[in-house]
Amino acid sequence: MNLTTTYLGLKLANPLLPGASPMVDNMDTVRRLQDAGAPAFVMHSLFAEQIEGNAAAFDRHVGRWEESFAEASSMFPDTSDYALGPEEYLERLATIKRATGLPVIASLNGTKLGSWVDHARHIEQAGADALELNTYFLATQCSVTGADLETRLVEIAKAVRSAVNIPVAVKLSPFYTSVAHLAGWLEEEKIDGLVLFNRFFQPEIDLDSLEVRPHLDLSGSEDLRLRLRWLGLLRDQVSFNLSCSGGVQSADDVVKSLLAGADTVQTVAALLRRGPGELAVMLAGLRRWMEEHEYQDVHEMRGALSQRRCPDPEAYERGNYLRSLQLWRE
Amino acid sequence: MGEWVDEWSSKSQKNLWDHVPEVVQMQSEGGAAGALHGALQSGSMASSFTASQGLLLMIPNLYKIAGELHPFALHVTARALATHALSIFGDHSDVMACRQTGCAMLCSGSVQEAQDFAVITHAATLATRVPFIHFFDGFRTSHEVAKIALLSDDDLRALVDDSHVDAFRSNALSPDRPSVRGTAQNPDVFFQAREACNPFYDRVAATVQSLFDEFASRTGRSYHLFDYEGHPEAEQVIIIMGSGGETASETSAWLNAKGGKTGVLRVRLYRPLDAAALLAALPKTAKKVAVLDRTKEPGALGEPLFLDVATALFEAGRNDVALIGGRYGLGSKEFTPGMVRAVFEELKAAQPRRRFTVGINDDVTRLSLACEAEPDIEPKGTRRALFYGLGADGTVGANKNSIKIIGEGTELNAQGYFVYDSKKSGAMTISHLRFGPGAIRAPYLIDKAEFVAVHHFPFVEKMDVLGHAAPGATFLINVATPADKVWDRLPREVQERIIALKLELYAIDAYTVARAAGMGGQINTIMQTCFFALAGVLPRDEAIVAIKEAIRKTYGRKGEAVVAKNEAAVDAALAAMHRIEVPAAVTATAGRPPVVPPAAPEFVQRVTAVMLAGDGDTLPVSAFPPDGTFPVATARWEKRSIAQELPVWDPSLCIQCNKCVLVCPHSAIRAGVCPVADTQSAPESFLHTKLRSNDLPGYEYVIQVAPDDCTGCTLCYKVCPAKDKSDLSRKALMMAPADPRRDADRTAFDFFLTLPPAPAVLLQDTVKGTQFREPLFEFSGACAGCGETPYVKLLTQLYGDRLYVANATGCSSIYGGNLPTTPYTANSAGRGPAWSNSLFEDNAEYGLGMRAGVDQLAAQAWRLFDELSPVLPPALVAGLKAADQSADAGIAVARGLVVDLEAALASIEDPKAAQLAQLANYLVKKSVWIVGGDGWAYDIGFGGLDHVLASGRKINILVLDTEVYSNTGGQKSKSTPLGAVAKFSAAGKDTDKKDLALIAASYGNVYVARVAFGAKDSQTIQAFIEAEAHPGPSLIIAYSHCIAHGYSMANGLDQQKLAVETGSWPLFRHNPGRTAEGKAVTVLDSAAPKQPLSAYTRNELRFQALHRSDPERAKMLAGRAQEAVDRRFAHYQYLAGEGPAPADPKPMPAVKPTPVKPAPAQDKPTSTP
Repeated sequence: MNLTTTYLGLKLANPLLPGASPMVDNMDTVRRLQDAGAPAFVMHSLFAEQIEGNAAAFDRHVGRWEESFAEASSMFPDTSDYALGPEEYLERLATIKRATGLPVIASLNGTKLGSWVDHARHIEQAGADALELNTYFLATQCSVTGADLETRLVEIAKAVRSAVNIPVAVKLSPFYTSVAHLAGWLEEEKIDGLVLFNRFFQPEIDLDSLEVRPHLDLSGSEDLRLRLRWLGLLRDQVSFNLSCSGGVQSADDVVKSLLAGADTVQTVAALLRRGPGELAVMLAGLRRWMEEHEYQDVHEMRGALSQRRCPDPEAYERGNYLRSLQLWRE
Repeated sequence: MGEWVDEWSSKSQKNLWDHVPEVVQMQSEGGAAGALHGALQSGSMASSFTASQGLLLMIPNLYKIAGELHPFALHVTARALATHALSIFGDHSDVMACRQTGCAMLCSGSVQEAQDFAVITHAATLATRVPFIHFFDGFRTSHEVAKIALLSDDDLRALVDDSHVDAFRSNALSPDRPSVRGTAQNPDVFFQAREACNPFYDRVAATVQSLFDEFASRTGRSYHLFDYEGHPEAEQVIIIMGSGGETASETSAWLNAKGGKTGVLRVRLYRPLDAAALLAALPKTAKKVAVLDRTKEPGALGEPLFLDVATALFEAGRNDVALIGGRYGLGSKEFTPGMVRAVFEELKAAQPRRRFTVGINDDVTRLSLACEAEPDIEPKGTRRALFYGLGADGTVGANKNSIKIIGEGTELNAQGYFVYDSKKSGAMTISHLRFGPGAIRAPYLIDKAEFVAVHHFPFVEKMDVLGHAAPGATFLINVATPADKVWDRLPREVQERIIALKLELYAIDAYTVARAAGMGGQINTIMQTCFFALAGVLPRDEAIVAIKEAIRKTYGRKGEAVVAKNEAAVDAALAAMHRIEVPAAVTATAGRPPVVPPAAPEFVQRVTAVMLAGDGDTLPVSAFPPDGTFPVATARWEKRSIAQELPVWDPSLCIQCNKCVLVCPHSAIRAGVCPVADTQSAPESFLHTKLRSNDLPGYEYVIQVAPDDCTGCTLCYKVCPAKDKSDLSRKALMMAPADPRRDADRTAFDFFLTLPPAPAVLLQDTVKGTQFREPLFEFSGACAGCGETPYVKLLTQLYGDRLYVANATGCSSIYGGNLPTTPYTANSAGRGPAWSNSLFEDNAEYGLGMRAGVDQLAAQAWRLFDELSPVLPPALVAGLKAADQSADAGIAVARGLVVDLEAALASIEDPKAAQLAQLANYLVKKSVWIVGGDGWAYDIGFGGLDHVLASGRKINILVLDTEVYSNTGGQKSKSTPLGAVAKFSAAGKDTDKKDLALIAASYGNVYVARVAFGAKDSQTIQAFIEAEAHPGPSLIIAYSHCIAHGYSMANGLDQQKLAVETGSWPLFRHNPGRTAEGKAVTVLDSAAPKQPLSAYTRNELRFQALHRSDPERAKMLAGRAQEAVDRRFAHYQYLAGEGPAPADPKPMPAVKPTPVKPAPAQDKPTSTP
C-alpha cells in the first residue's frame, strides 16, 4: 500500500499533516507526532502584527520611561538583546527540522506588503521547506469591494512568490465571492497550492459583562463539509496542490477529504482533543479503509469523488441546499 | 554602575582574569558593606558602587575593611546627604563623611578621568592594601555623556599587577591555614596595634603617583597627586576637587589671557593627603589662595579641604599666603565661570572674606560672593544647543543619539547633560548639548545657546525658554499651528526676545508628521532631524544619512516596518519644517500668564512661583525656612494642565457610586453634595443631579473634575460601572479632548470648591461614604495612573485631620514632598496630615518615635487634665473622658470640648493650666501611620519594621507594594514575584516573593491585611478602618500597579483584578480582634483562583520580557510561579478555616540564572560611567 504523496514539491510519507497549531511549540509533542507518523510539520503562523505589536509595546512601556527621571534613567534591565522580531519562531522552525529531519512548512500572517515579503525571506533563510500564507482579509467598510480584497491578496502572494524560492501555498478563508476564480488566479501567478480554509476568531457576546470578545472553538466534523465542497469543485479546475484544513476529526474525514480532491489533509482539533497519538490512529484508519475498499495508492483516491467524477455532480452545487432542507423537514 | 555590572554578569561577560564576577544584591548598602567585608576576608576580590545615604550605611564596615588592610575599591558618585531636606544631587558631603574611615580617597573630575581613575584605584588598592574610595561628582560627571578615549583590556592588564592579587589571596582567611581576625583588644594594646598600619598609608601617595606615571606612559594622559593649571607665576590660586576643577581651570585660562595671574590646583589624591606634594604643586608666587569645598560642616572652622590646606601651609611656615575658604555647588548647584571669576576677584581684594559661599545669594549671613553676568569663556567654534522636552517624549534619548552620531562620525568632540524636573508625570527635560573641535571642558549648564528647540509648545507659555538663547541663535518650536499663524501664537515676551536677539525662527507640527508616518506621538526622530538640518554641526545630507544609519541600528531588530516608518518620518520632517518670518515689531498683546494665580498665598507667590518658573536659583537664603519646614497645600497653585483628555460626567447615567473618586491617583475628580438652592448661583458648566439618598432630601449630587490637575490617566473612566443601556460603549464618565472644555471645567471646579463639606450622615465607612470626605492629599506629581496614591489619598480622607505620616524615602516621598510644591493639604478647619520623611532605612523606627512622642505628650496632657479636673467644669471633665474617640463623631465631640477646656484654662491661675493649654490638642486622639514602599518594608527597613510590629504599640503601617524599587528604576526587592524581570534580576527572579503578611501575622497580636483597591475596594476600606481601630500594631500591604510593571497604567485596575483572581495577590485580613468574638482570626476575602496565573502575567512586560530573552527559562519559572501561587493560596485557605492543612511544601530547587547571550565587545567611543 502506498501512502506517499507529493505536496508543495515535498515528498511526504503520507498525506496526513498535523496542521498549524501551538503543538509545535512543545518538542515533546513534536516527537510524539513524529512517532505517530507525521510526514511533515506545519508551523503555526508567524503573526507579523503580533511581532510589530510586541516591538511597539516595548517602545511604549519600556522605552517611554527611559531618560525621563533624574533618579531612574530606565525602569527595566537593558532590553537591547531581547528577541522582539521573529527570532523565536525561526529558531523553533530550525529546531524542529533539526530534531525530526522532516520537512517543515512555515506559516505567515503579515501586515503590510513589505512585512509579508520580509518575513517570508526570514522564514526561507531559517530553512523552511515551504511556506503557507495564512491570509484573512475582511471587507469591513462599505467602500471596500470584493475585488479590492482579492487584488490585495494576489498582490501579496505574487510579491512573496517572487521573493522566495521555496514553494508557497495560500491558506484562504472561505469568505470570497468566487473562491474558484481566486484559486485560478493564484495558480496563474505560480502559487504552488491552496489550503482550504483557515478559521479565525469570531465575536462572542458575554451576557454578564455586556462585552464583545473574540472567540474560537476547536473545529468539529461539521466544519468539514464546507471544505469538501470546495475541494470537489476546485479539484477539476486547478492542477496545483490542494490541502484540506478544518473539521478533520477522524480517519473517515481524511478519506472524505482525499476523495473530494485534497493532496494532503491537515488536522489539529483531533490531536489537541485526543493527543498526538491520534495521528497514528487516523493513519491506521485510513489504511484500513483503503484495504477494505481495495485502494493500493492514495493517488487513486485523490479527487475520485470530485465534482466531475462523482455520480451526482449537483451535490456539490447550490441545489443541494434545498434538498437538505427538504430532508430535514421529512 | 551596579546595574551595568549586573547586566554584564548576567550575560557572562568575563573580567580580566577570564572569570564572570557574581553580583550579589543586598537589602541595603549596610548589608552590601558587610558582604563585601566577608568576601574580601575570604580572599575574593570585591568591589561596589554607591552614593549618598548608601555610603553612610557602609561606614562601619569601611572602618573594618581599612583596619584589616583589605584591598578594595569603592566607586562613589558623590552626592548630597539628607539634612534639612533630601537631595539626590551632587556634592561631596557623602565622601567627606568617610574621610576618617581609613580609606584612601581619589577624586576624578570628568568623564574621561572617571574611567582613568577607576583603573588606577583598583591597581593602587591591590598594590598598597589600603582600601580606596574613588569618587566623582554625582550627576555632573556620572550623568554627563562625553566623547572619551577608552582604555583597552591590555591597558588594564598592564596596570594591575597579578603578584598583588596573589599576595591578597594568600592572605585570605582559610581553615587550611587558620588565623583569627576581629579580636577584641584591651587598653593595654589597642592603641599600639592601631598604629601598626601606618607604613601602609605612608606608601600610598608614592604608589599612586607611580601608577599615574605608568598610566601616562601608556595613554599619554598625565595625572598627578595635585595637578596645577594656570599662570606659572600665579598670584591668586584656587584649590579644588572634582568637576569644578575643570570650570576653574578654564576660567583661569580665560582670565590669564586677559592679563590675569591666576591658577588652579586640583586635588586628585585627597586621602592620604601628601602635604609636600601639595605645596610643591602650588606656585611659589601664589600669595592668595582660596580653597573651595563642595560640602558643609556647620560649626567647623572651615570645610575639610580648607583645613587640610591650612594645616599644610602652616606646617610649612607659609605665613605669606592669605588663605580663604568657601563652599560651592551643594546639591548640584551650578558652578560656573562667573562664580570662579567671583572667587578670583575676591582674592584680589585687599581684605578677602575668610569664609564665603559662591553660587547663591546669602542675604542672611551675607557670606556669598556677588557674581557678575556670566562670561562666555568657551572656545570659538563650540556649538551649543538647548532642548526643552516633555518627559517620556524621547527627547533625551534622541539627543544622546545625536551625540553618538557626531562623536563617532566626526572628529568633533561632544558633550551632553540632561536636567529633569522631579515630577513623574508631565515632567520637563532640558538637554544641554555641546559640540566642538577642541576639548570640551565645561561641566556646567549652557548659558548661551546657538540653537534652542522647544519640543512641547506649552513650555513657551510657561517659562522663559529663550533666557539662554545667544544673539542670532536658531529657535525651533514644535507647534500644531499652520506656519502663517505661528508668530501670533507666541506670547509677547517670546516675541520680544526673538526680535531683540535677532533669532531665526523655525516651526514644525511634529505631532502631525509623526502620526502621518505611523509613529503615534513619537516626535523625537523628527525633531532630531530638524536639529541636524538647522544646527549646521554636520552637512545636512551627511546628517540625514547618519540619522538613518542610527535608526537602522536602533530599530533594525524590530523589523523593516519600524525602520521604514522612522525613515519616512525623517524625510517628512524637513518638508514640514518652516522658516517663520519675524516681523520688525512685537504683535502679541498677551504675555505669559502668571505662574500662579493672584489668589495664591504670599509664600507661594514669593517662593513657590519662582521655583515653578524655573528660576529657583535666584531665590536668596532668606526665602527659605532654616529647618526645612514648608507650608502644606501648595500643589493646588501649580496648574499644570497636562491632560490631553479629560473625563466628562453624564449625570443622567451616573449611579453615584463614587468609585471614580476612589481610584483617582491625583484627587482630580471629586464627589460632592449641596442643597438645591446652592446650585442657583452655579456656573452653567457646573453639572449636578438629584442625590440618591433618603437621608438627605433636597440635595444635589456632583462629580467634578479638576481640569488643570487631572493627568488624563483614564482610571475613573475605566472603573465607572454606569453604562447607557442602549449604547453599551457609553458610560457616565467618558474621556474627551481637554482643550475645548478646560475653561468651562475650571469655572465649575472653582465653584465646586466653594461647596460646604458633605453632611456627616453621608460619611459612612463605605466606598461611597469615604469618597464624600475631603482628600487632604491632592494634585501630586505622581505618574499618571499611579497605583499607590489612591491609598495615600484614602488615608487622608479617613484620618487626615489627625494624621501623622512617617514616610520612607521612595516614590511616595518624592510625589509627597519634592519641591516646588506640596500635595498634602489641610481642611477648612486648618487641620491636615503632619507628614515627614526622615530616611529610607529608618522609617519604621521614625514612625514609632512619632507614636511614642505623641503618646508621651498625650499622657502628660491627661495627667495635667486629671490634676486640674477639680477646678474644671465637671461636665467638661466627664464629657472629655466619656467621648468615644474611636469614631469621627467622638473625635468631633472631643475637639469641641477641648475648645471649652482651653477657654476654661485661660482663667485658671495655675502654671499647670498653661502647660495643659499647650498640650490640650493631644487629648484628641492622633492616628500615626508609617508609609513606604516594598524596598523599604521588605528589604532595607525590614529589621526596623519587624521591631515595630513586635513593639505591641498602637501604630499603623501601610506598605505601597509595587514589587520593585520604583523610584530608582525598578530594581528587584524581596517582594518581586517569582519569574518577573527586574534590575538585578534580568534573568527573571528565581525565588518566590516574601510573604510579609504571614511573617507579621505570626506575632499573633498584629492586624494584617493584604488589599488591592482595583480588585475589591470595599475590602480595602474595611482593612484601613479595622487597622486603625486595632489596639496594637497593624500592617496593610497594598497592591500598587506601577510603570515598572511594563504596561499601560490605564489597565492598572484590570491587572489588580487579575492579580487577585489568579491567586497571585490573595486578599485577606488577619484580625486578632475577632478572637474575642469567637471567630477565625484570618478571613480570606478573595475566592479560589478562577484563572491560571498566566491570565495575569501575560499582560505585563515584567513577566513577558523573559520570554523574549530566554523562553525556556521563562516557561520553567512560570510553572514554578503557578505552583507557588497554588501553594500560598491553599495555605491561606487553611488559615481561614476554608481548607485542609497544607501538605509538606515541595522543596523549590534554587535556579542559577541562565546567561542570556554573550555581549558584543565594548567598542563605543562614547561612554557614561
